[in-house]
Amino acid sequence: MIYTEKVMDHFQNPRNVGTMKDADGVGQVGNPVCGDMMTFYIKIKDNHIDDVKFQTFGCGAAIAVSSMVSEMAIGKTIEEALKITNRSVAEELGGLPKNKMHCSNLGADALHKAIENYQERQKAKQDPPKKSEDKESCYCPYCDGPIEGMENYCEMCKVEFEDCPECNKPMNKKADKCPHCGATKVRV
Amino acid sequence: MTKRANGEPMKRIYLDHIAGTPLHPDVVDAMLPYLKEKFGNPQSLHSIGQEALEAIEESRDKVARLINAESADILFVSSGSEANNFALKGLAFAHQSRGKHIILSSIEHQSILHSAKYLEKFGFRFSHIPVDEYGLVDPEDVRKAITDETILVSIMLANGEVGTIEPIGEIASVCRDKDILFHTDAVDAVGNISVDVRALGVDALSLAGNQFYGPKGSAALYVKKGRRILPFIDGGIQESGRRAGTEDVPAIVGLGKAAEIALQEMESRMERMKTLRNKLMKQLPQAVEHVFLTGHPERRLPHHASFCVEYVEGEAMLLNLDLKGISASSGSACTSRALKASHVLLAMGIDHALAQGSLVFGIVDEATSEDIDYLLDAFPPIIERLRKMSPLYTQYLEEKKK
Repeated sequence: MIYTEKVMDHFQNPRNVGTMKDADGVGQVGNPVCGDMMTFYIKIKDNHIDDVKFQTFGCGAAIAVSSMVSEMAIGKTIEEALKITNRSVAEELGGLPKNKMHCSNLGADALHKAIENYQERQKAKQDPPKKSEDKESCYCPYCDGPIEGMENYCEMCKVEFEDCPECNKPMNKKADKCPHCGATKVRV
Repeated sequence: MTKRANGEPMKRIYLDHIAGTPLHPDVVDAMLPYLKEKFGNPQSLHSIGQEALEAIEESRDKVARLINAESADILFVSSGSEANNFALKGLAFAHQSRGKHIILSSIEHQSILHSAKYLEKFGFRFSHIPVDEYGLVDPEDVRKAITDETILVSIMLANGEVGTIEPIGEIASVCRDKDILFHTDAVDAVGNISVDVRALGVDALSLAGNQFYGPKGSAALYVKKGRRILPFIDGGIQESGRRAGTEDVPAIVGLGKAAEIALQEMESRMERMKTLRNKLMKQLPQAVEHVFLTGHPERRLPHHASFCVEYVEGEAMLLNLDLKGISASSGSACTSRALKASHVLLAMGIDHALAQGSLVFGIVDEATSEDIDYLLDAFPPIIERLRKMSPLYTQYLEEKKK
């Protein structure tokens, strides 16, 4: 078996699967192109993570990691939850195969994104909303891996990008549909 | 026997033909003496060596008969991948004075595609012929891709991931018209469907024993008499000096036996496989929504049924099936851990997300109709559970509501 017993347990009996209608924060990472996609929903009470729900499209590791992250996050303060790292998730699962470490990256990132989303919502309640800087451009929109060196190429999933004509965000040069705004590219 | 956590024996249904078939019991029996008392090196002059030599030459005859070739044109190698490497590199280097252009299809096995990458470093140039939605190559496209520099065309006989059988005879005739060498990777086909190198008119062909109940590590490359090929392993005089290294006698004997059985049982085996396969091909998409057949519905290997399951990922399906005792795969075993969507499915124009839900069943000889029923029962709850936790399925349901 390529996975530890704990990974298989979380894979077979994932905790906290589902969606949340009245979530305080929602975070989504990944894309089906790279085989993994996660959505995390969080409920905050007194600066603590009161509840987590998630949905995951992905391999066994991705499902187990999501489940583990959700379990680790519940009950923690926001500050503590932000300290959950990819490594701590993998450790808690008794290790992951090398080529699956990428999935554990996604798990913690999805949680952090949900927390960021909560914090932005809180901020928006206090300050008038202003457009935030788009920082997604330094991450691959397909696998969420960091893009280093060549700006229009992801080393991790070997995808070449160009800017979407609709929303100007990076999209796969060969794709017909933008992963951000869903615009369909007209081929000439 | 594999046991469940509670100690009960678990049902085991092996449907991963493309990763390798189980050994035929007669093949094991044929091999055993060569793992024991008949251990000689075929190159030795003494009688123990000569006994081994006789055995491998007998195997050569049997393999040749399976594909209607001359025995002298069969070279034993260690795997289908080696046969493909040997063919592409050996033929390219031997004929480079005529030109350095080679034509492949976009759905070839890694052992062909990566050999091509290697050859690019030596100045060879490649054209990749596209395939249609069924994974079929159009022989006309091959003809159009041929230039004055073209020396070799290599197109697979049948694709292991989607089961589609290519029009190899027509492609070979295109190549013959233009006096260009033609190799076909027939690893997934030989032993499972009737393959005749003379009728097809190919110059070289790869085959592997573990695709028809022979052992792993047993394979052969057919090279038609008179076609120059550079040796793949330099050394001694084994395999007429074209592939050095002490022969793996048990594997070669096993391959010969498997070829003999395949030839005898071809028709009945194909009929049996087809009956089970057709049942699976028809009923799986009926049992679960949003399941699509991949590859050609008719022009396909008789044991092969492949699908794309929407909104779920391949590995998660495979793990769940394995927990139910069912062995399947999501593509070539050579890429199953590579995490990337299959180049074959993408070449057929299948969307990236859908390609992640690839599922391949290859029926083996021992499978029964009850096994297929068991699979058809076990499958729907697995997919239902995975879709319940899939954000893509949730998105789909929400869009449907609108």
